Amino acid sequence: MRRLSMAIAAASAFAAAATLPLATASAGEIVVGLMCDRTGPTATVGTFLCPGYHDYVKVVNSKGGIEGNTIRVLEIDHEYKVPQGMEAYQRMKQEGAVIIGIFGTPHTQAVTPLLHEDKIPGTSPGFGSAAAANGEKYPYLFPIAATYWSQAAVAVAFAKEQLGGVLKGKKIAYLYYDNPAGREALPVIQRLQKEEGYELKEFAIPPPGVEMKVQVQDIARRYRADFVINHTFGKAPSVSINEFVRNGYPLNKMIGFVWAAGESNIMGAGGWDKAQGYYAIQFAGVGTGYPIHDEIRAAYKAEGKDAPSEMESSVYYNRGILTAAVHLAAIEKAVHEKGSSDINGEDVAKGFEHISDLSLGGLVPPMKFTPQDHEGGGWAQVFQVKGNGFVPVGEWRHGYREIVMEMVRSDAH
Amino acid sequence: MFHRESGYYKTTYQADMALFPIPIGKYAVAALAVLFFVVCPLVLEEYTLSIVNICAIAVVGALGLNILLGYAGQLSVGHAAFMSVGAYTAANLATKLDAPFWLTIPAGGAMAALIGMIVGLPSLRVKGIYLAIATLAAQFIIEWTLNHTPAISGGVQASIEMPRPTFFGKTLQTQAEMYFFILPITAVFIVATLNLVRSRIGRAFVAIRDQDIAAEIIGISVYKYKLLAFAISSFYAGCCGVLYTYYFGIANYEAFQLVISIDFLAMCIIGGLGSVLGTIYGAVFVTLLPIVIRLLMESVGAHFIDPGTLPGLIAQLRLILFGALIILFLVVEPEGLNKLWQNIRNYFRVWPFSY
Repeated sequence: MRRLSMAIAAASAFAAAATLPLATASAGEIVVGLMCDRTGPTATVGTFLCPGYHDYVKVVNSKGGIEGNTIRVLEIDHEYKVPQGMEAYQRMKQEGAVIIGIFGTPHTQAVTPLLHEDKIPGTSPGFGSAAAANGEKYPYLFPIAATYWSQAAVAVAFAKEQLGGVLKGKKIAYLYYDNPAGREALPVIQRLQKEEGYELKEFAIPPPGVEMKVQVQDIARRYRADFVINHTFGKAPSVSINEFVRNGYPLNKMIGFVWAAGESNIMGAGGWDKAQGYYAIQFAGVGTGYPIHDEIRAAYKAEGKDAPSEMESSVYYNRGILTAAVHLAAIEKAVHEKGSSDINGEDVAKGFEHISDLSLGGLVPPMKFTPQDHEGGGWAQVFQVKGNGFVPVGEWRHGYREIVMEMVRSDAH
Repeated sequence: MFHRESGYYKTTYQADMALFPIPIGKYAVAALAVLFFVVCPLVLEEYTLSIVNICAIAVVGALGLNILLGYAGQLSVGHAAFMSVGAYTAANLATKLDAPFWLTIPAGGAMAALIGMIVGLPSLRVKGIYLAIATLAAQFIIEWTLNHTPAISGGVQASIEMPRPTFFGKTLQTQAEMYFFILPITAVFIVATLNLVRSRIGRAFVAIRDQDIAAEIIGISVYKYKLLAFAISSFYAGCCGVLYTYYFGIANYEAFQLVISIDFLAMCIIGGLGSVLGTIYGAVFVTLLPIVIRLLMESVGAHFIDPGTLPGLIAQLRLILFGALIILFLVVEPEGLNKLWQNIRNYFRVWPFSY
């Protein structure tokens, strides 16, 4: 009987919880939705990115919010599972979110039609397909960060600079994780091959990407690549750095895409000493020396606390700051344009086009959104491993912008 | 008052096999039908309906796995892969041939059944944990194939956008409309399973599960019925995959990875192996648990924990609580939620006496 009553108690607690009412946006409050993955397969990103988002919002709220409105972040962790992501979306919609930060490629694609129907803008920095940059086709989806196509263009432009301004006859190796996201950058690299006349060879790494001896040896010894473009995820970037070092290939002849650019990737390869010279593409500035970090530390200090330890993983943390900054900038512009705090998703989507002066001391690139370009310009900054951290190489840049945009426009997928 | 029967008076096989052994079953089903088809859509709001929708889709897939695992006794960890087969089949038919849902759902199921039968072939030779590894291979092979065959998976990011289902020219869009699309299909699958397990096929499955050599001796073709179990189970999985695809609006292999297979195994085991009702409980439980835990922790936790650290804490605590609750329920009743429900029912049946 005790067992039975225990079970009944548990079941009724379960049922009672299911009927809890949801909060909705109250006066003086603006709700933003943030999907997160702190526990699933991409937890290494979400664990640092989401606190970055919250901390930026905390700073804004501590300064009085946007025109007196407090920002409430509705974070929902979906473990990278699509049904849970759909539930998260419905809840954000129900609670009146005016913008939604999406996490995950399948989630981005699943909510894209819903965003359009419900007229809520969604952002997908680093997720989804490159074609989403086309604002005319996807009016409510904003990649807000350099897509794989833009990253590929930056990588080729950077290689050109490093190899003395001429790519004709040079050998480029494209090392990629063998899944659809890994292959996505290929069309751009092949298109630019026609333009620049370099030699190109592709090297696929089968999932889970921890074994690539043969590929790296081939690149370093047989093919003798002049430059390597490294588009890998998860544990693969660490392994690749290790293998290239073992084969005596100079790391300053290699550039990694945004998911091969985190502190964790360097640590996994054996630390900063080992990865000296490695180049990486970033869509948000790296390091904790930007003014916003001081403001976050001050906001925590005012509460008598230390700054969060997540800040030290500044690559992902700063991407969270960037996402939050773009979201709140769009909301702020929407409030200004409408002249009232009673804004909806449609207003915020229009607000994106008015974002102009967002920089945060260089952490955010000079983005410019147009009805055609929802990527904001495809900006990226190259960083290099030097000493005990990433140091910037040059300013915010993009590569072959006309060619990439032409491909985005003509792309039908 | 609680008396419903005073003994077993069945004298024919027909009576023993009846769908409703006692009249109250009919009334209960009628009441549930009214609840789900009339009351729920009128009372519940969009968000709650969306949760019911994902539960209903999960029920279809879990039923399929329970036929294979709970009734036929064959262990499979490739269930999610069969869902992806159904998903991509339907997406291709819908985008290339404009096929309506009443064609794509059975077609997706049939294709999954075909692949499932091929994957089931090792079951004729190997059993138990060895079979599980053989089906694991299927999970990886199917995923690899989808990943590398643009002809099937649509090329970029291996995703195909799925048009919304239409019903007599009306495009089903809102959660309420999707509810009326998904729920009848789930109901059909539940009734079909109930009928399947009390038929000759269902009894053959049980015989094979309990003792396959004995089953063969009494004249059941183990070969035929094992493959049939794989085919039927994969058919359900395929249809579940099609429903997911309609609901998500895309077919994407990332939604059907190994961890999803494990989730479905959990649904069957928590709900109760070899029980249709238990499968429904299990599917609803596993789908709802993360959502309910979060809602609970948001409302309760906000009083104790600093709101700044709460979101990160919820994500972690949710996993711990999820695991702990599963263990708790399994310790309290190893035969699953269905047995728990039967215990409650049996207690009140003779109440106020203890037996």
